[in-house]
Amino acid sequence: MTESVPPWLKLVQGHMHQTAFFAHLKGEVVGFGPGKATMRIPYGPHLVGNPDTGVVHGGVITALLDHTSGAAVMAALKDPMAIATLDLRIDYMKPATPGEAIVAEVTCLKVTHSVAFVRGSAYQSSPDDPVAICTGAFMLMRGTPSPMMDAKA
Amino acid sequence: MELIAKARAAGEAIDADVLVQAIPYCRHLGVIARLEGELLTLELPFAAHLVGNPMLQALHGGVIGSLLEMAAMAQVIYEVRTPRLPKPVDISIDYLRSGRATTSFARARIAKQGRRVVNVHAEMWQEDESKPIAALRGHMLLDSVRS
Repeated sequence: MTESVPPWLKLVQGHMHQTAFFAHLKGEVVGFGPGKATMRIPYGPHLVGNPDTGVVHGGVITALLDHTSGAAVMAALKDPMAIATLDLRIDYMKPATPGEAIVAEVTCLKVTHSVAFVRGSAYQSSPDDPVAICTGAFMLMRGTPSPMMDAKA
Repeated sequence: MELIAKARAAGEAIDADVLVQAIPYCRHLGVIARLEGELLTLELPFAAHLVGNPMLQALHGGVIGSLLEMAAMAQVIYEVRTPRLPKPVDISIDYLRSGRATTSFARARIAKQGRRVVNVHAEMWQEDESKPIAALRGHMLLDSVRS
């Protein structure tokens, strides 16, 4: 998976899990491919949105999809640069099963001069049975350095 | 949620911050709820664990989405007196400004309440309420039939 990945992107890949908020959710980087990123958040009691059922809060899925979407955009760029989420739309297909990790897989569909478009999903046992799907757009800040190139990113 | 069901059965009002503190994910982020008159506002003091871009010390997009979704849900629980937590169906988040290293606030309003579904709008701001940093539009499903 890392064969076609340029050195700067390897650096980004190595730093994505260190982002403070993603680390706070105990998120993990699963893999990068050309224009594609996969990440997961293991189940934990701190993620619960409904204490009666143990189902994780929708915001956890939002955060995972946002982070994975940003990574997918970086994985589609020729050069490193800062990016910013413009919008993100999420459809919640079903509640996440308590006790199971949530995996997000996002593909960057198109990169223009200023904007990149993504589509992805979050699932547990099977990618064919998603918990949520998302589409989003990111602004590309050409000329602004990517924070993911910094070791503390 | 048992807390909500009990309050509804007893005909009692729900303390907004008791509700928010009963949700582990809200506590994990450090969210506080305030009810002033009829206005329910969520507050999120800045903390290092909320950062998404260390160069700018900017809030993570997931923090922004989470707070907006919490505000939307809290408003629906407060305003629509169902015994159960509403279920999010879909949300759309617009990121308007970078979230800086300071306290954030979020408030929601119900745009349309149907029998089974509610359309809710939420906004998040920092120093100046007239300059929102993000906005959310979403639908939530009410589980009012069975309790």
